[in-house]
Amino acid sequence: MSLPPLEIVLYAGAVSLLIIGLAGLVMSEHLVRLVLALGVAEAGGNLLLVLTGFRQGAVAPILLGAAPSGPMVDPIPQALVLTAIVIGVGVQALALALVLRVRRAYGTVHMSALRARLVEDLDEAAGLPPEGSREAPGVERPV
Amino acid sequence: MRNFTSLLFAGGLGFFLLVLAADLPLGAPPMLAGQGVLAEGAAATGAANLVTAVVLAYRGIDTLGELSILFAAAAGVGLVLGRARRRPDAEADPEGGFILLAAADLLFPLLVIVGLYIVLHGHLTPGGGFQGGVVLAAAFFLPLLGRPRNALDHAVIGWIEGLAGAVFVGIGLWALAARGEFLAPLLGKGTLGALFSAGTLPLLYIAVGLKVGAEIAGLMSTLQETEAAGS
Amino acid sequence: MYWITVLVVAVMVLSALAVLLLPNLLAAVAASSVVSLALSVVFVIVRAPDVAMTEAAVGAGLSGVILVLALRRLGLWGLGDDNRPQPERFSGTGDDA
Repeated sequence: MSLPPLEIVLYAGAVSLLIIGLAGLVMSEHLVRLVLALGVAEAGGNLLLVLTGFRQGAVAPILLGAAPSGPMVDPIPQALVLTAIVIGVGVQALALALVLRVRRAYGTVHMSALRARLVEDLDEAAGLPPEGSREAPGVERPV
Repeated sequence: MRNFTSLLFAGGLGFFLLVLAADLPLGAPPMLAGQGVLAEGAAATGAANLVTAVVLAYRGIDTLGELSILFAAAAGVGLVLGRARRRPDAEADPEGGFILLAAADLLFPLLVIVGLYIVLHGHLTPGGGFQGGVVLAAAFFLPLLGRPRNALDHAVIGWIEGLAGAVFVGIGLWALAARGEFLAPLLGKGTLGALFSAGTLPLLYIAVGLKVGAEIAGLMSTLQETEAAGS
Repeated sequence: MYWITVLVVAVMVLSALAVLLLPNLLAAVAASSVVSLALSVVFVIVRAPDVAMTEAAVGAGLSGVILVLALRRLGLWGLGDDNRPQPERFSGTGDDA
């Protein structure tokens, strides 16, 4: 059995990161873990972008004195990813600030507890009695 | 059940992407735009690092947009946490131990030098304003870990950030007046690979470095100053 | 070169799995820093030194610091299992809501 080429290994790594991150995004129970999963998915996306410019045997797109001795990799995806990484950390910090704020307002950062609290708040705002209460057990709920 | 559906979705997406891999032109020559940059980027901008040429010259206005996104993120953190700042009488974090304090004092000058070097040589070697700015932010944040009672002055940070942004836009407008294009290359290109070369690109990267550094340092110190939640 | 790449990619993917599966969040943050560090090595292998530098400085260093700071502010500073919902200590509203 022959080995898969280098590009396939790298591509598989990038796709796995993306998939693991997305799976974490939908399955996370803890809000901080959700932020972490977002970072993992972002890393996979960045690697995927850089890989579009990669070719084996090429050199980095930096001219050092003499003329380039061989082909170079594409500098454009690298420039895109360069800024995307720095933006990513800003977005991550913003997400964490929102998590801190959620903790302050609701006292929890667990998805199931948060969902219950949200339903309670919506019921209260809509003037419905709490779910399963004695006065109106079978009220039609909008959510 | 919910987890099963999610896993099914993630697995399906993974299968789809892996099938696409077979059709990707992996290892093919760069795309047309990339070939153009590789062929004439150095002659057009004077920068030895072609990634810098793309970031600051070919899509400089895009970089300005990304800087504003970063600014929006930093402002968003300040806004979201604004009223949650620590009260002056609240209990502060404990002081760092001997190792942390000594390491912070030792590393501060080194990190500043490394950060400035990375920023100034962005057009020659790997590095530039984004990387160097992050290193500078780390340099100024590190002492705060050891001595949580000292805080960065947010007014100074705001001034640095505003001035750096104004310099970036000002150079762009200068190019617009002189050459008819926003952020068109100005000044002499110099010899390829010399420190003073590539026209205005090093100046732009210094502005980017200061702006990124100020934004990230401000963002981290806002998080640091936030009162512990729920206590 | 080939086997180094395989090794680094394997470390990267396994750490990404660890980010999701480790019960303690401090450990998960450490694992996410390992992902970023391995990723920056991969960027060097694909001849993207600029991106590798950014990823090493931002992903492995800075974002780890920010995440740990946030964990500290959330009071998740222990080594226990963070997946179990904690008993509710704080009943919402207040001056800040």
